[in-house]
Amino acid sequence: MKTPLQAMTKTGWITAAVLLLLGVVPPLLMWMGNEFYLLLSTRLVILAVAAVSLNLILGYGGMASFGHAAFIGIGAYAMGIPVYHEFYGGAEAIASTNGWFQIGLAVGASALFALITGAISLRTKGVYFIMITMAFAQMVFYLFQSLDEYGGDDGLVIEMRSELPWINLDDPLQMYFLAFGTLLVTMLLVHLIVNSRFGMVLRVAKGNDERVVTLGYNTYLYRLTAYVIAGVIAGFAGWMMANFSSFISPSMTGWTRSGDLMFMVILGGTATALGPVLGAAAFVLIEEALSSVTVYWNLPFGLMLIGVVLFARGGLLGMLHGRRGDK
Amino acid sequence: MSSLLQVRDLRKSFGGVAATDGVTLDIHKGELHAIIGPNGAGKTTLIAQLSGALRPDSGVILYNGANITRRPPHRRARLGITRSFQITSLVMEMSVLDNVALAVQARDGHSFRFIRAARKIAHLRERARETLREVGLETRADAPTAELSHGEHRQLEIAVALATGAEMMLLDEPMAGLGGTDSARMIDFLKRLKGTRTILLIEHDMDAVFALADRISVLVYGRIIATGSPDEIRGNADVRHAYLGEE
Ligand SMILES: Nc1ncnc2c1ncn2[C@@H]1O[C@H](COP(=O)(O)OP(=O)(O)OP(=O)(O)O)[C@@H](O)[C@H]1O
Ligand SMILES: [Mg+2]
Repeated sequence: MKTPLQAMTKTGWITAAVLLLLGVVPPLLMWMGNEFYLLLSTRLVILAVAAVSLNLILGYGGMASFGHAAFIGIGAYAMGIPVYHEFYGGAEAIASTNGWFQIGLAVGASALFALITGAISLRTKGVYFIMITMAFAQMVFYLFQSLDEYGGDDGLVIEMRSELPWINLDDPLQMYFLAFGTLLVTMLLVHLIVNSRFGMVLRVAKGNDERVVTLGYNTYLYRLTAYVIAGVIAGFAGWMMANFSSFISPSMTGWTRSGDLMFMVILGGTATALGPVLGAAAFVLIEEALSSVTVYWNLPFGLMLIGVVLFARGGLLGMLHGRRGDK
Repeated sequence: MSSLLQVRDLRKSFGGVAATDGVTLDIHKGELHAIIGPNGAGKTTLIAQLSGALRPDSGVILYNGANITRRPPHRRARLGITRSFQITSLVMEMSVLDNVALAVQARDGHSFRFIRAARKIAHLRERARETLREVGLETRADAPTAELSHGEHRQLEIAVALATGAEMMLLDEPMAGLGGTDSARMIDFLKRLKGTRTILLIEHDMDAVFALADRISVLVYGRIIATGSPDEIRGNADVRHAYLGEE
């Protein structure tokens, strides 16, 4: 039996170690001439950013959103569409390769989408919430699919990466450090939020909504705020993803992608700082390993997830602790 | 005496069951008003409508003269009405102090504050500690809530309600499941609390009710069949027949 303080220190230690590894190993491999692992890690870290944001609402807020990938898609299209028009004309108002402009668009569109769909979805609970968030994400999917100008179902190759001062996103190392820096900032931000006064309300309302309402909190507004914050972060992750892969397509928003993000959070350990990062890492690495062996990698992967959910309720982080990691 | 809370012809049915069947009730400012009644009489349902958790089918609820019948529960709490729960409703994974601090925080301006750690805000912690002192739980402040005894949970449940600073407290069976000593301690505590707040007390424990209440209303099948002083209720033939007689 450990006191919370010892457990906290251990969690902190594991977190620091994992982040250090993530910060050092991929660039080292790149330096040794192995670019593949740097690219794999970039994808991992971008997905981790999205998973950390999902954890804010799923893990800490109890909102099981099955539509989080919609924000990635929105952020990605907010990057790709301006570039498309810069190269092929039309829509002068938004034609741009300027990173700041695209980020503004990605963040603004994600926030708006989160606000509107969150306001509606959060009127429901439980399985209805899961279904309605999924339905909204599918709407985005079909919208993108119907945009023939941007490749419809096939998607669109992006001609040029975002232009930003100080940083050249064509350089894989710089791209990696942008993603990694974003992950650090996001983790710090979520850590601050969940321990703040706002976070206390959000976390307690997760299991005890009636109690928190009785104290005088409008829990709906707290949830909605968290939902918008999470959406904005995922939108930014989408902008990074579009830059990373130089490609956007409707499938980025598909429900299986939302499911993947959910998997990562649950697999790694909900309501923990590091859990979603571990989950994203495990997801990307296992996907890579299994998909090189068999095209049917989804099945063993699904079985493994069920195993984690059944036997290690704190997720991977909980397993590292040898206890339920819900602190 | 002025009424803090007025209930007029309140009705609520679940399917065919009239859980609240035309309740009219006045709670005076500063009194301890007990509601007694057999299991399933509709006591909890009544409290839920007063706190706003349940919407009545018809009828009117006035608080300080303002019609609050359709106000959402969080706004009623802000007006000064809070409730405790018959089934303990605490955050077991957090500390005792955390539970109370969240209630203190509720009247400390809005909580859309995202950066500073809530547990490091001294005045919230201090006021929460004071409330724990009031209910005699200060030595348990830093314990995980799950480790408290049932009796302590019931006390903490009251402490949380107290910490909101509410003028009107709706207490749903605070003595539920308490043994002799714990029960006596709770009665003692409510005696001290009495007069400082307006209290609507729901309770099965007759000794407690008769020792504490200024007035008592008897609720049977969703209807109030009598309201009066403890002596009047004890002497009321209907009540003896409908309720006390069963004991
Ligand atoms: N949500 C609900 N749905 C259906 N019926 C309900 C609901 N809540 C209460 N009831 C019914 O309404 C009646 C009153 O219930 P209530 O819980 O208010 O009684 P009570 O006086 O608090 O009882 P107890 O002394 O057991 O706490 C009961 O017949 C109960 O079954
Ligand atoms: Mg009851």
